[in-house]
Amino acid sequence: MSKPDLVYTTYIRTTPAKLWDAIINPEFTRQYWGSENVSDWKPGSKWAHVADDEQRTVRIVGRVLESVPPKRLVLSWADPDDENDLSRVTFEIETVDDLVRLNVIHGDFKPDSDMANKVSGGWPRVLSSLKSLLETNRPLWEGSACGKKPAAKADTAMAVAA
Amino acid sequence: MVADEDKVFKALADASRRQLLDRLYAKGGLTLGELCEAHDMSRQAVTKHLVLLEAANLVVTVKRGREKLHYLNAVPINEIYMRWIGKFERQRVQALFNLKQALKENDHEQA
Repeated sequence: MSKPDLVYTTYIRTTPAKLWDAIINPEFTRQYWGSENVSDWKPGSKWAHVADDEQRTVRIVGRVLESVPPKRLVLSWADPDDENDLSRVTFEIETVDDLVRLNVIHGDFKPDSDMANKVSGGWPRVLSSLKSLLETNRPLWEGSACGKKPAAKADTAMAVAA
Repeated sequence: MVADEDKVFKALADASRRQLLDRLYAKGGLTLGELCEAHDMSRQAVTKHLVLLEAANLVVTVKRGREKLHYLNAVPINEIYMRWIGKFERQRVQALFNLKQALKENDHEQA
């Protein structure tokens, strides 16, 4: 382990299938993440995290490394400006009692990478917003639920978070 | 194992447990042994605190071989934060926080 991984967990009142869809469906991700996750989600395929703006700014790129719906999704993760700075994100979905547990593990950072610092504040925000969207139909992100664009500053924060 | 808000507040209402979270915030992926070294607490006391923190979902663990690594999970704290700080307040709250930090630093410099 070159650098310690980041590990996040949240328990959501939903089903594994709905949670899986919330991670891979652009319509969903736009609402709680501020950007769209786009791919055909087959192992080996490319995926991208794309801003919901006119330029369709690509914020994160990578490959689908593993895809076992609705249980486990592993992605490589890089800034499009520096695709050598690869890391790896694992989503694990598991039913616990009457809830669904989502683990997000972000690791395998390159030794000199700053990516861990960039994403460590963002993941808790993304995941609590995801939980809120699935449980109450309202994301915790500003604006996007009623179709408004997030404020410019919040948008930048999300880009960093993502 | 199911976290709820009461568990989060109870887990946070203890200086030793907040210290453990501070330590994991500074560096994630620590073993029980590493967490004990940094604190003036017995192994049993640290273990007891970690059980409560895990039950509140503030600490999550990952097994690597024979070791159990501990991580701060800030998701429940963010839920509490988002619940009472609205989107329009966030910038003002941040501005006040920055002001307080700046004044503190200023104090240290003058002291």
